[in-house]
Amino acid sequence: MSLMNWIDKRIPFSNTMKLHVTEYPAPKNFNFWYLMGSLAIVVLVNQIVTGIWLTMSYNPSAEGAFASVEYIMRDVEYGWLLRYMHSTGASAFFVVVYLHMFRGLMYGSYQKPRELLWIFGMLIFLVLMAEAFMGYLLPWGQMSYWGAQVIISLFGAIPIIGDDLTTWIRGDYVISGATLNRFFALHVIALPLVLVILVFLHLIALHEVGSNNPDGVEIKKPKGSVPEAEQAKFKFHERYTNKYDIVDAIPFHPYYTVKDIVGLVVFLILCSLVIFYAPTMGGFFLEPPNFQAADPMVTPEHIAPVWYFTPFYAILRAVPDKLGGVILMFAAIVMLALIPWLDRAKARSVRYRSTLHKANLTQFAISFVILGYLGAMPATDLYTFIARVCTILYFGFFIALFFYSKNEKIKPLPERLTK
Amino acid sequence: MSNAPVDKGRRRFLTVATSVVGGAGVVGAAVPFIASWNPSAKARIAGAPVEVKIDKVEPGQLVRVEWRGSPVWIIRRTQEMLDSLPLIEGRLRDPESREPQQPDYARNQHRSIDPEWFIAVGICTHLGCSPQFIDRNFGVAEGVDSGFFCPCHGSRFDIAGRVFQGVPAPTNLVIPPHYFVDSETVLVGEEEGAA
Repeated sequence: MSLMNWIDKRIPFSNTMKLHVTEYPAPKNFNFWYLMGSLAIVVLVNQIVTGIWLTMSYNPSAEGAFASVEYIMRDVEYGWLLRYMHSTGASAFFVVVYLHMFRGLMYGSYQKPRELLWIFGMLIFLVLMAEAFMGYLLPWGQMSYWGAQVIISLFGAIPIIGDDLTTWIRGDYVISGATLNRFFALHVIALPLVLVILVFLHLIALHEVGSNNPDGVEIKKPKGSVPEAEQAKFKFHERYTNKYDIVDAIPFHPYYTVKDIVGLVVFLILCSLVIFYAPTMGGFFLEPPNFQAADPMVTPEHIAPVWYFTPFYAILRAVPDKLGGVILMFAAIVMLALIPWLDRAKARSVRYRSTLHKANLTQFAISFVILGYLGAMPATDLYTFIARVCTILYFGFFIALFFYSKNEKIKPLPERLTK
Repeated sequence: MSNAPVDKGRRRFLTVATSVVGGAGVVGAAVPFIASWNPSAKARIAGAPVEVKIDKVEPGQLVRVEWRGSPVWIIRRTQEMLDSLPLIEGRLRDPESREPQQPDYARNQHRSIDPEWFIAVGICTHLGCSPQFIDRNFGVAEGVDSGFFCPCHGSRFDIAGRVFQGVPAPTNLVIPPHYFVDSETVLVGEEEGAA
């Protein structure tokens, strides 16, 4: 191991591996929901690699973009596969991220001391939405064009500077090649760079405070409070054991790497089914109007964003006032970011919280899914009414949480992790 | 190294002064990066006015032309369409065109220079979709058979581009600056007498 020695004298390689991988204490009771984080990293890598390969054949100009995507699909060897891996990867990214966020809500993973970890996560979510939105313009299809038109117009609702701001974002009086070019630059370099940095910070913050778990009780006990015989039997890095007695933990590697690989195989099978048999996912992953080139003169009959934006889009449409709708849509995300301070309960996990909280969280999830459905549908009177009800329920979740959580009656918390 | 005592006030002044100069430099350096996002000279030229021949337009017909990359509608309204204008004013958000969505010469009931000719930017004021021209069975009221319907979010406008109440679009359709060069030609994108 003289080579390892040589490296370790110059960069702390072995120590970092031990600290974050082989001697990192993770709670022993992780369940299905804890797969999503590592799946998200795999998808991020997939997006970066397939994205780099797509740029090799893509032409970011109003004249050439649509044709170059057809060229990738028809003439470039395995171009269709690279593109479908990228487009399916985008949707898969949001699937795992939404599940990852819901896990955090269920087990109170945002509560003290994990507020900053949660905030980094919310920033990742925001950048991811910007990244996906800009990427969707690049094929320069009808839905690319008109979807971008609708979203950029949102900024026009800002009083006074709105119109100039939208012109500045577009670089033209309408969406044009100038817009496409800058979105390309932001999509392939600026935002991915920010995303990778934020993911790095998310992980550093996670390892500083340690993972939460389905019971929501800490595995790090005060030093000297746990008899030697009851502490976890594994060797953990002294960075953790110097300060704490660690119980009910296992090292991240090999235990969770192996578990995650099992989840990954199932995940990749599901992704392959989509990529090979239903790449458009019935119009939800790639919308039918996007197989027509962008035409600034004709709006498609029905404009809907891709499925992962539809819950927020439904909130936007539910408000009969332009500025109000925009504010409420962004507020929907801000509320999520504020939840570490809205939830004042003494227990983290839903397992030990009141029936009221369970009901509230359930109605929130259901409202979110219904909003997602409505956002993809045309706005009829009935649908608008339902969207308004669900918008109220969505925000009601946070407001109610703030009030009942203070004196919420919780079940007694266990000292140690349960099964 | 001098052994003089540290002058904290001086050190603080130098720190602040250096930060201010550095900050000004950052602001100055940001200008080209931000300004480069504005429409280029080429895009501004493409925003030039367009001349449209209207002698062959039939009554009730809509002609679409492109100005600044947006669809501009030129509609030769029928007498029936004009007669429908006063009927539903109670259901409009801004029947008197108080919002500055049009040049002053189009701030009237028919929102145009000549009542017969309606010229508007065909972009919904909600989120920028292009509404559909409905020339029969508009179905909002007796005697009102025509208007505009935005398929994106269901906004409705009357045949003078005035927005209905209770729809997402906040304001009337935009009337671009325009004037009639002669009886057969209209210039969209410029006021009469402009250079």
